[in-house]
Amino acid sequence: MSDVAIEVHELGKSFRLGLSHQGYGTLRDSLVNGIKAVPKKLIGRGPEVEFDYLDALHDVSFTVNRGEAIGLIGHNGAGKSTLLKVLSRIIEPSSGWADVTGRVGSLLEVGTGFHPELTGRENVFLNGAILGMRRAEIRARFDEIAEFADVDRFLDTPVKRYSSGMSVRLAFAVAAHLEPEILLVDEVLAVGDASFQRKSLAKMAEVARAGSTVIFVSHNLATIQALCTRGILLERGGVIADAPVDEAVNQYLRALERSASDDLLGREDRDGWQESKVRRLAVYDVATGDADVVVGGRKAKIVVEVTELLPTMDAELTILNSLGHPVTTLDSELSNLADVRDGELGPRIECEIDSLPLIPGRYRIDVVLRGRQEIQDDLQAAAFFDVEPGVIDGRPMPSMGADGDVVLAHRWRLPPS
Amino acid sequence: MTEQMTAPKPSEEAAPVAAEPTTIRLEPTSGFSRVLSPRELWRYRDLALQIVVRDITLRYRQTALGAAWAILQPVAFMIIFSVFFGRVAGVSSGDVPYALFSLAALVPWAFFSSALLLGSESLVMYKELVSKIYFPRIFMPMGVIGAGFVDLGISTTILLAVVLIYGIVPSAAILILPFLVVLAAAALLGATALLSAINVRYRDVRYVVPFAVQMWLFVTPVVYSADSISQPWRTLSAINPMAGVVEGFRWAVLDTGNAPWALIGMSTLGAALLLLIGLAYFDRVERSFADII
Repeated sequence: MSDVAIEVHELGKSFRLGLSHQGYGTLRDSLVNGIKAVPKKLIGRGPEVEFDYLDALHDVSFTVNRGEAIGLIGHNGAGKSTLLKVLSRIIEPSSGWADVTGRVGSLLEVGTGFHPELTGRENVFLNGAILGMRRAEIRARFDEIAEFADVDRFLDTPVKRYSSGMSVRLAFAVAAHLEPEILLVDEVLAVGDASFQRKSLAKMAEVARAGSTVIFVSHNLATIQALCTRGILLERGGVIADAPVDEAVNQYLRALERSASDDLLGREDRDGWQESKVRRLAVYDVATGDADVVVGGRKAKIVVEVTELLPTMDAELTILNSLGHPVTTLDSELSNLADVRDGELGPRIECEIDSLPLIPGRYRIDVVLRGRQEIQDDLQAAAFFDVEPGVIDGRPMPSMGADGDVVLAHRWRLPPS
Repeated sequence: MTEQMTAPKPSEEAAPVAAEPTTIRLEPTSGFSRVLSPRELWRYRDLALQIVVRDITLRYRQTALGAAWAILQPVAFMIIFSVFFGRVAGVSSGDVPYALFSLAALVPWAFFSSALLLGSESLVMYKELVSKIYFPRIFMPMGVIGAGFVDLGISTTILLAVVLIYGIVPSAAILILPFLVVLAAAALLGATALLSAINVRYRDVRYVVPFAVQMWLFVTPVVYSADSISQPWRTLSAINPMAGVVEGFRWAVLDTGNAPWALIGMSTLGAALLLLIGLAYFDRVERSFADII
């Protein structure tokens, strides 16, 4: 038996934009386009019917051995999810091929196929079958699943009465007990509370150790580094690095830093509606007025310049350390009476931090912009900034390289010297 | 560790899937590939069952009257039709009371029309499944039809009870009922495969189907008898699979004597054609569902 679990050869996938953007057309549009195309087909002349194609993947080649755990990394829209969908047989490649050997379990979303009207028990059977489990297998593992999800008492309650945490736990529990030979996972660990996330992560590590092949997509580089041995970095649909995971992650972080120095409006690796986009994001030291260099413990201001003002705009800023691990999230939707909605502000959102509690080092900011009840823009690595050693609450900060990322204002009570 | 204890289980129970890791090549395909692969359908048989169970459970759980709907709809139509077509318009129903005459036709018709409506929406309704999971998509319309069998079973039983109350004892012709049900299901699978697949791309289907069902009712001998159509049109019109099913149902439960073999034969041909066209189209476009849904 061969040791190769997945072999991907010059795989490509393009979407016709007319279709993938609008989702579905109307019969009339198609008839009109079809009729326009007729003269062209018959006599080779006539109006050109043009479709734009989006190359979501091109010339992707790699081989995965059995038992390997691979992390797929890259910007939004780099093709990670498309690649997983092709490998899961959900969509068909447009060129090239992939050979997949062994039973595939794909978890592109936790709880796909959960029906709110069905009870927990019924959903476990339905979802298990959807993920490719045999009925006998589900029955054999039912108790384990219920125990892992910790919802034993509610198994006969319709899922619509579950808290979101409960249904996510149950859904993950089903998937975790799938025991596939090849597991394809897309960003599902970003759900549930911290303790459940830890539990899920441990379960995934167990699956990987037990000899399953794992391909894992996540924005959380820490998780990728913990779980995977090899990293494949995708950019604009192509593989630009295939290396040991730390190396691939470093290359990704460097690529992120390069893209942050570019004009943000020129970047295409963004998600959201795009009625309004982030034009610029900068961190200022209020005392010096310097951009992107802040002394720790001093007052800092993060300014998000946007292209368009929309009703009820909000911003969510995630600060990440130099390893790509999230440090904290600032979300204007979690409002405070001291927040101001200011008509004079112009097309921008500002966030003030009285005393920046970060230890010296380099940080980056990911931003999500909301407006009109939609995510308008979702941009990773919108800015990088350096924190210089400073003083917090009258006390010097630990120096660069200390453990952790944050400093707290604090007091000691000590025995006399 | 529990893991070690349970680990051997899957290899025993799921032997057909787990023991022989088969290599699947994923590449651009053209022509026919999946639906017509019985092996693929068999591999996912447990899912097919779960989808039917889901559709049945949901139908009876979300409705206040539950199983009563299976019979309420045909009975309501029977009353309306009896008044307007039986009394007012004086449509002939032969030797049997018009109420029975129409009810015998309305029972299979209700099965057909409601499965047609739900089936053509089945892919679109669960589009998050289609875009996130691989499975043979044909299971979605199939599940709807499978769940419809339960309603059909209930309403047929009640139909037979009513017939007995009227003092009619069905003859051996009743043995043809299972075949007629298969005929209706085949026609349904063809029609829902076609419509649900078109619906993925053109949501116009949503507006066309309810309207088409009305039209279909009138070209099917439900309110009138096929005998009122002159030959050769009577036989030719049975290319509509429901014509043979409906006339067959009447003959089978009402013991009307002359067997409509020509109609049933023609309808079998019609159902086979519809099934072929529907599955062929479904198979051609299935690979692009997740791209556009």
